[in-house]
Amino acid sequence: MDILTDLFSDYTLRTVALGSSVLGITSGTLGTYAVLRQQSLLGDAISHAALPGIAIAFLLTGAKIPIVLLLGAAVAGWVATVAVTTITETTRIKYDGALGLVLSVFFGFGLVLLTYIQKIPNANQAGLDAFLFGQAASLVMADVQLMAIIGLASLLCVGVLWKEFKILSFDPEFARTMGMPVRVLDISLTTLLVVAIVIGLQTVGVVLMSAIIIAPAAAARQWTDRLGIMMILSAAVGAASGVAGAMISSSSANIPTGPTIVLCVGAIVIVSLFLSPHRGLVWRWIREWRNSRRLRLEAVLLDLFALAAHHERSDHPHQEAVLNIMSDPTGRTYQNLRILEERGFVRQVGPTLWALTATGVARARALIDTRLTAPSARHDRDGGGR
Amino acid sequence: MIQSIEPSAHAIDVRDLTVAYRDKPVLWDIDLIVPKGVLMAVVGPNGAGKTTLLKAILGLVRPAAGEVLVYGEAYEKQRHLVAYVPQRGSVDWDFPTNVLDVVLMGLYGKIGWLRRPGSEERKLALDALEKVGMADYAGRQISQLSGGQQQRVFLARALVQDAELYFMDEPFQGVDATTERAIVALLRELRQRDKTVVVVHHDLQTVPEYFDSVLLLNVRRIAAGPVEDVFTEDNLRLTYGGRVGFLRDTRRSVEPVPDSRQETEPEDRSLRDIA
Amino acid sequence: MTIEQLEIQAIAVIVSAACAVPGVFLVLRRMAMMSDAISHAILPGIVVAFFVTHDLNSPLLILGAAVTGIFTVFLVESILRTRLLKEDAAIGLVFPILFSIGVVLIARFAGDVHLDTDAVLLGELAFAPFDRWVVFGTDVGPKALWMMSGILILNTVFIIAFYKELKLSTFDAGLAAALGFLPGVMHYVLMTLVSITAVGAFDAVGSILVVALMIGPPAAAYLLTDRLSLMIILSIVIGIVSALGGYWMAYLLDASIAGCMATAVGLVFTAVLLAAPDKGVVSVLRRRWRQQWTFAEKMLAIHLRHHEGLPEARRENRAAHLQEHLGWAPDFSERVVWFAERDGLLSRRGEYLILTDAGRELAAEAIVQN
Repeated sequence: MDILTDLFSDYTLRTVALGSSVLGITSGTLGTYAVLRQQSLLGDAISHAALPGIAIAFLLTGAKIPIVLLLGAAVAGWVATVAVTTITETTRIKYDGALGLVLSVFFGFGLVLLTYIQKIPNANQAGLDAFLFGQAASLVMADVQLMAIIGLASLLCVGVLWKEFKILSFDPEFARTMGMPVRVLDISLTTLLVVAIVIGLQTVGVVLMSAIIIAPAAAARQWTDRLGIMMILSAAVGAASGVAGAMISSSSANIPTGPTIVLCVGAIVIVSLFLSPHRGLVWRWIREWRNSRRLRLEAVLLDLFALAAHHERSDHPHQEAVLNIMSDPTGRTYQNLRILEERGFVRQVGPTLWALTATGVARARALIDTRLTAPSARHDRDGGGR
Repeated sequence: MIQSIEPSAHAIDVRDLTVAYRDKPVLWDIDLIVPKGVLMAVVGPNGAGKTTLLKAILGLVRPAAGEVLVYGEAYEKQRHLVAYVPQRGSVDWDFPTNVLDVVLMGLYGKIGWLRRPGSEERKLALDALEKVGMADYAGRQISQLSGGQQQRVFLARALVQDAELYFMDEPFQGVDATTERAIVALLRELRQRDKTVVVVHHDLQTVPEYFDSVLLLNVRRIAAGPVEDVFTEDNLRLTYGGRVGFLRDTRRSVEPVPDSRQETEPEDRSLRDIA
Repeated sequence: MTIEQLEIQAIAVIVSAACAVPGVFLVLRRMAMMSDAISHAILPGIVVAFFVTHDLNSPLLILGAAVTGIFTVFLVESILRTRLLKEDAAIGLVFPILFSIGVVLIARFAGDVHLDTDAVLLGELAFAPFDRWVVFGTDVGPKALWMMSGILILNTVFIIAFYKELKLSTFDAGLAAALGFLPGVMHYVLMTLVSITAVGAFDAVGSILVVALMIGPPAAAYLLTDRLSLMIILSIVIGIVSALGGYWMAYLLDASIAGCMATAVGLVFTAVLLAAPDKGVVSVLRRRWRQQWTFAEKMLAIHLRHHEGLPEARRENRAAHLQEHLGWAPDFSERVVWFAERDGLLSRRGEYLILTDAGRELAAEAIVQN
């Protein structure tokens, strides 16, 4: 419980926790759009491209004024976005190539500026390279306040333009036919994404910031099918992993903040992919296994019923070996029969002899009925679907 | 709303429309008049510019030359009279939203800034879903729909737009029989209410049955008018480059350059049965 | 020039050539961002192998990295198969997580050995000549030079040996599969090469520059040629030019060599982007401008022919009508008519525009063309 009391008494820890949660909420919210619009890697390009912006802002002002550095980062991120769009629109180079190129060249240029700055005799320069992997411990209350104001403003934009951003993400062309200013909306949303990335740079760093944009939304998507809930969950995941990661990294020296936060949120993503209800892989496997078992059981039941049709009594017993040949090449007929017996559909009459019970007969009849009427219903469900 | 329509104006008046992507012309000098109250099929091989024509009329692509009038005015002034059903494949159906929400999007243009759809809008959307037989699915996540159901959701979204003029881009593409019947019933109802509907269509066989008017398009306008006058084998031969007869024997694909979004298969099947 | 400078430049040249070769296929296969992913994701592989060997130049590191690289590709593809996430999100998730694992491992356990995160990210080419390879007491040169030469040879041999298979699986994976060329295997082998190249290069130039050298030169070459073989050669040349230019830029500015090389890649690409003879921005814009007129002339010819001899021709085929109906501005349509008259496509008769035979032919051609 030490850490909890520290949270309220320790200034640094409180600052770090507040800052990381602001960053997590903002990037979780806007990351939702980035993931849904399939712009995840654009986030990577923007965050790498922010480095030269920070360096130039520092060179121009000669001081580490947070808002100036953020502004420089935002402008550079914006220029990178425009460069990617220009390259893809005017040449044959595809989106991925343009992203990779812009990302690495901007970042390289940023390094040139950083090494150049390091050689200027100026006491202020120290700590600029914390922007590579982030340094939560370097946050002060003023930084957090600035982040909070910017973050709040961008959340407000999302609230005001809620339905516009929703349709922009789902069906922009349709929105245009209704006369909505799609281009302006697109630019606004991209600007908000740039802002969200820039907010996190000091804490997470340029190299891994994109993961903080993508991961919370990717995790949240698994738990819900509603945009609003997805966004709230995503913000919560972002905030939680931001706080956890920043606190872990500031509790022991030597571990940079960015990677720690990424690992926290990465763990949440992995859990979500496997365990979320409906979409989660584990449930999917269980469903598939149940389905195939149900089909196997039904097959045995129907085989028994079909065999019995040759006799006067529908509970005429039959050899297990016959059933094995008929339905189950895996040779699990015995287990299947045992399960059916437990459910009262069959009974064992001899060492290898099995017969349908009355409920078993009724069940088989019902199955045949539904299968006879099923095709039309199934056709409607599967027709043309993907 | 209705009063704003000049009584004499046609639903659509396309004059000398040319559209080019870069230097490759997609539509050459198209003249087209769509009278009010018709059900028109737009028919032509892949790459003939059918979708582009729709998009040019809707202001989604900029023409190199020519003009488009909707009820006698520029499209921008007449948006409220127009509804659009895009191709089903144009959106990501894994988007986290439900059926009712998608239908409500058809009202976003009218709701205006800062307002959210309210109970009145919900009722309109539910009515539209009812008309396409999807009322039971209002709360369903859209990724759980079949292709035909997705198409009907898009139709409902166009219906809530409460328009005079409807554009539909391949609504019959890859849908089940139930949906096909639902769309046909809807088309008939729209015609009864004197609406105008323009449909990009692939299945030549059903053109005379479903539509009263047809535009044969292959980059240029080949022919347009009432189905019984225009939908002739000669015109089809002109549209499909004289390969229709050849096709009937070999059952091969019509177009060597297929548009990836459009399948050649349905065209094939129907073409065999023309003559 | 000192011997160290020569050696640094030699390494830079070899690294850029080795990166350009697989890079061409990444760009063509629209998998450019996989180079970003792999170059970051190999870090944990390197770290673990380093813990085992305690030698930064051990071949085991390359093995570890190659395995991690393939593992990255496999992870991304497994996530895609679940259809729970889209490709961009899958790539964007996998590599930061793997990279973070690597960084944390280094921070926790590697202390202050040579393997620090800055070096991984940025590399330090200036130190490369100091790590010598000594065979039987004879100094045969920097290790990095030998290692990258080996990787370059490996890449080149692979590309030459499987040239037609790679070409086919890049442009038509379906056909390649039908012909039994195993595009899936090609894919993984290519990814292995990318991983090996990335790990070989990271020590010298850092993981970000690996991306710049793998994507930049091929992207520039793609704007210069339509032939695959020429594209590979041009990529190598552009890579070498950027590497050397970057080195001297760093020398003059006294700045990070890797950063300067990436910047040089950007400058060369920008120059190509603007000035490439056929696909560059300048020539595209100039061609579009010229096409605007020839296209308008063609359009005019078709329009006139369309209405020729029909009753509405009196109305349609007038100069004034063009403004109204084709939606052309008055001076624009005046210029088009002027151009068309100059090119002998039409003649004016008072207000009316009459097509010449040449004009009629042009219209017919334009129509048939489509």
